[in-house]
Amino acid sequence: MTSKVEPPQSEEHMAADDRQKAVFDAAALVKDLRAAFSTGKTRSYQWRVKQLQSIIKLADDHETEIIDALRQDLSKPEFESYISEISLLKASCTNTIKELHNWMKPDKVKTSVTVFPASAEIVPEPLGVILVISAWNYPFLLSLQPIVGAIAAGNAAVLKPSELAPATSSLLLKLVERYMDNSAIKVVEGAVEETTALLEQKWDKIMYTGNGRVGRIIMAAAAKHLTPVLLELGGKCPVIVDSQINLKVATRRIIVGKWGCNNGQACIAPDYIITTKEYAPTLIDALKAELEKCYGKDPLESKDLSRIVNSNHFSRLSKLLDEDKVSSMVVHGGLKDKSQLKISPTILLDVPEDSLIMSEEIFGPLLPIITVEKVEDSFDIINSRSKPLAAYLFTNNKKLKENFVKSVSAGGLLINDVALHLAVDTLPFGGVGESGTGAYHGKHSFDAFSHRKGVLYRSFFGDAPARYPPYSQGKLNLLKALLSGSLVRIARALLGWA
Amino acid sequence: MDGLEESLVVMRESFGRGKTRSAAWRKLQLNGILNLVGENEEMIFEALNEDLGKHPVEAYRDEVGVVKKSALHALESLDRWMAPKKAYIPLIFRPAKARVVPEPLGLVLIISSWNFPFSLSMDPLIGAIAAGNTAVVKPSESAPATSSLLAKLIPLYLDPEAIRVIEGGTDVSTRLLEKKWDKIFFTGSSRVGRIVMSAAAKHLTPVTLELGGKSPAIVDDLSNSDLEVAIKRIVSGKWGSCYGQVCLAVDYILVEERLAPLLIDRLKARLRKFYGSNSQDLKDISRVVNKHHFTRLCNLLKDPAVASSVVFGGSLDEDRLFIEPTILLNPPLDAEIMTEEIFGPLLPIVTLGNVQDSIEFINSRPKPLVLYAFTKDDSFKEQIVAQTSSGCVTFNDTCIQFVCEAIPFGGVGESGQGRYHGKYSFDAFSHEKGVLHRTFYLELEPRHPPLSDFKLKFLRLLYAFDYWGLVLLFLGLK
Repeated sequence: MTSKVEPPQSEEHMAADDRQKAVFDAAALVKDLRAAFSTGKTRSYQWRVKQLQSIIKLADDHETEIIDALRQDLSKPEFESYISEISLLKASCTNTIKELHNWMKPDKVKTSVTVFPASAEIVPEPLGVILVISAWNYPFLLSLQPIVGAIAAGNAAVLKPSELAPATSSLLLKLVERYMDNSAIKVVEGAVEETTALLEQKWDKIMYTGNGRVGRIIMAAAAKHLTPVLLELGGKCPVIVDSQINLKVATRRIIVGKWGCNNGQACIAPDYIITTKEYAPTLIDALKAELEKCYGKDPLESKDLSRIVNSNHFSRLSKLLDEDKVSSMVVHGGLKDKSQLKISPTILLDVPEDSLIMSEEIFGPLLPIITVEKVEDSFDIINSRSKPLAAYLFTNNKKLKENFVKSVSAGGLLINDVALHLAVDTLPFGGVGESGTGAYHGKHSFDAFSHRKGVLYRSFFGDAPARYPPYSQGKLNLLKALLSGSLVRIARALLGWA
Repeated sequence: MDGLEESLVVMRESFGRGKTRSAAWRKLQLNGILNLVGENEEMIFEALNEDLGKHPVEAYRDEVGVVKKSALHALESLDRWMAPKKAYIPLIFRPAKARVVPEPLGLVLIISSWNFPFSLSMDPLIGAIAAGNTAVVKPSESAPATSSLLAKLIPLYLDPEAIRVIEGGTDVSTRLLEKKWDKIFFTGSSRVGRIVMSAAAKHLTPVTLELGGKSPAIVDDLSNSDLEVAIKRIVSGKWGSCYGQVCLAVDYILVEERLAPLLIDRLKARLRKFYGSNSQDLKDISRVVNKHHFTRLCNLLKDPAVASSVVFGGSLDEDRLFIEPTILLNPPLDAEIMTEEIFGPLLPIVTLGNVQDSIEFINSRPKPLVLYAFTKDDSFKEQIVAQTSSGCVTFNDTCIQFVCEAIPFGGVGESGQGRYHGKYSFDAFSHEKGVLHRTFYLELEPRHPPLSDFKLKFLRLLYAFDYWGLVLLFLGLK
């Protein structure tokens, strides 16, 4: 915590830490949660709503502490912490509470004449005990938003926040202990060792937010227990910029989506821009001008930019930037301050395709621009790479939009804005291919942590003798008619005319 | 198998060209499946008879008919399934429009099993095609006649640039699993399911796993006539479909102790009525698939404590791979027959003091693919639905949910993940892509840096949808 934290509180903290280490027995933890789940208490509507309300209360009561923790972990500006972490989480709780009753209702479904007389419904039921492993870039939101889904669907859950955002991680441990039903919702802090111990257990679903390398480890561990996974990964999210657009609005939206989202350390941040050779200079000028308006003449001093999370990531980004064939391509920014872990918003033009910066996810404040002859060519560039989590397009050309939607595969698409689709929770949020498996947000979160159980009610009447042996040609005919679902054919078969 | 690489390159290219995306192509292929089935029914019946001794009625009911129905349903529904769905947008994000657009995943692998070697290959393929994918089908080597028939027929009826059959055993499956797929759809055992998912993890490939498990049937106290219907349906759900070698077959029965003798009597009588009194010569019944499974089933019966619990049947004929329909009463619960999926013609009956205890009995075991219950007690039905977990629940019948495409078919926990049938098949092979369209008008300026207190206040109100508060803020009153 920051210097505002008083000694008694940090002692309490240490006590919590010690307790954690002393009792951390992953098998026992899961056993306890299973016992809580099997009492059925997490299934009740009241319990779910109460837990969701507690999350809102937790966020309201401790807003300052949360903002402080995020500042400590990432130098995240208060504004960003509020907008992209706290308020999104609260909105997701509020919306879930509002809709939960509807979501929990079984869906009545129509049955065909083949199984007549019968009625059927699809009943959403909780999966059981869920493991959520979250990431360091939005350490508050990405920890609790999946928990909202797990609770809404009536599960017990364990949260393992990222050890790379230690202040938020220990704050989450403290607050969840204080506000939530600890027999069913638990936080476990730790790094690789703890995560490995957790992954050895049998879970009913594992949700992981992070990178593809760890995603593979998680899925392989899950396979041992046949546990389904939801993997929110990343990828190189492209932004196509067409000409003849409102350039001022477009550049501002790109800026807020790239540098205004944790200084590019976001899975949906624009990774690179594709534009035409002709338009690139105009776009670069606009970006430069707007960047100065947003972050001043010396962006390293701006309070409105997050820092790079730690020195590992700082050197990783420096390496991308310092590669021989890349360093000469910087057209804006490129300033670094190692002591403060800050890198200024940096734009690069025409970096080679085989450079490091174009082969891995950047996850930082560097923005390469790739140029093409015709804007239509950008689709081929995107499709020749692995599927990104998001793809963006700025254009007024209707035909181009249509082609974009038709031919570009990505987790989600957003036209004429950046990152905003994340906040529309009627849209499923999740990747495809290398960018992940499964989706969440809103009702999709509820579904991600539910099993949709088909229930068929039959009566003892209406038995088709054709189903049963001894078999005959007549039975075969009747069966064909029954399966076809055609009443006329059934009548003909029964009359022996088929 | 040689030429696998080239095959995959060809298929990826056809997907890349976008040929499989058009509704016209998808419909053409679905019609191709209907023609394949319609024109080759006899050959399919023969192959199924050769592999499993399936009677044509059974082959039609469980395989040919199911595939036809699925293909027709997909054809009729395709335009609706393919249409983008509108999604609601909160006021603050407007003007905008949001759509969920289903798109094909790419190149998918379907690994099917030997018990319904035709329908479990074709039914997932219908979903893959409907969703606009290219697909490789790997039929089971344990049903060789059907496998080679599929390899022969599919290239004649379906687009060979996009849909291919690759035959082979474990070595072929292993090689296939090393490749990168956009989805793997597997039907089979949990053991192999784990192998498939581990292999998929290397490429982050999503999986649908259709596994099995021990599906129980609860039999409550029923009137004479209802019991008669229940018995018929249990017998047909156990022995009538591929001789119990079905993932959704009744694995064991749970019944109150006092009702067990009557239940056993009725089961015996019904078995005789259906299959004749000479149980050594049954025409209307499939056989055990192969020597390996025959031995496995015999071993389940070998345990003396299990053998002594046999109350009906139990005779074996190794030459014909035939096992008589067999009923056991209260075999030890820790014996293999009660811990492993039986997947064959043996039916244990477990007795309980009270039928309500069945809920706890089921909950203490891995989640089954299906839970069957024969009861007229509505509150008991409610309890079963709310307090147990299984892939699906069917009251007062067996197996019939499989042909009801409005019901998602798939397991949970040990019985599998993902679901298919009807629209669910389409979804299993689609990515639901969220698409948000914005305009350049009405920019929400407070989103942008430099950030200030006013902007924060503004956004707080906006996120709370407090539009009145916003007005006050702008008037300087807040």
